[in-house]
Amino acid sequence: MPTEIHREEVRTLVAAGAQLVEVLPSPEYEEDHLPGAIHLPLKKIDSEAGNVLDRSRPVIVYCWDTA
Amino acid sequence: MSPRAAWRLETLGFGDVYDYVDGKNDWMAAGLPTEGTNAEHPRAGDVARKDVPTCGLKEKLGDVKARVRAQGWDAVVVVNDQRVVFGLLRSKELEKDPELLIEQAMRPAPSTFRTFVALHEMLHKMVGHKLESSPVTTSDGRLVGLLLQTDVAAALEKDK
Repeated sequence: MPTEIHREEVRTLVAAGAQLVEVLPSPEYEEDHLPGAIHLPLKKIDSEAGNVLDRSRPVIVYCWDTA
Repeated sequence: MSPRAAWRLETLGFGDVYDYVDGKNDWMAAGLPTEGTNAEHPRAGDVARKDVPTCGLKEKLGDVKARVRAQGWDAVVVVNDQRVVFGLLRSKELEKDPELLIEQAMRPAPSTFRTFVALHEMLHKMVGHKLESSPVTTSDGRLVGLLLQTDVAAALEKDK
């Protein structure tokens, strides 16, 4: 079960080597994304997650908010 | 969207998956840096004047007015000791009875804006609502600075 986290935990995990992943579509990622975030739109997770993400490191996903 | 992504990653064999539930809105509202094309342009938080005077609810208007004017300002933001915004006094409120307490003279609960709002959007809102100035706050209501409509217009002109 994925763990829900908040801002400070994001910063701590990223500093410890977690992968930060924005799952929004391209225009929204291109305009603004968190520093160092990988772009992996929701629709491409099935086909590309195995190629762009490291299974040995934690993964943090985010979009705009809880919606 | 991110909950679905997190669950799908788990089913794909990723064992240590987290969902930053408050997302990009929360990050930007906190004034934290971003990367991307918008990050190259100034936003509300960049242009807001961080040196705006502040005062407390229980101060006397006359004392605050003297202090504010001495700093060359005609506006002051009312905050608590955590810098959470309670009110705003512009020139009109500063001219009220100097014996009043700030909480009696202020405009309570002024409209506030987040640091990440684009300047063209800010100008549209400030002109539309006839706001000469507006506090910019973090998502938890803490003062970042005071945004002046004239500063927004000037920054947009410079950014062209």
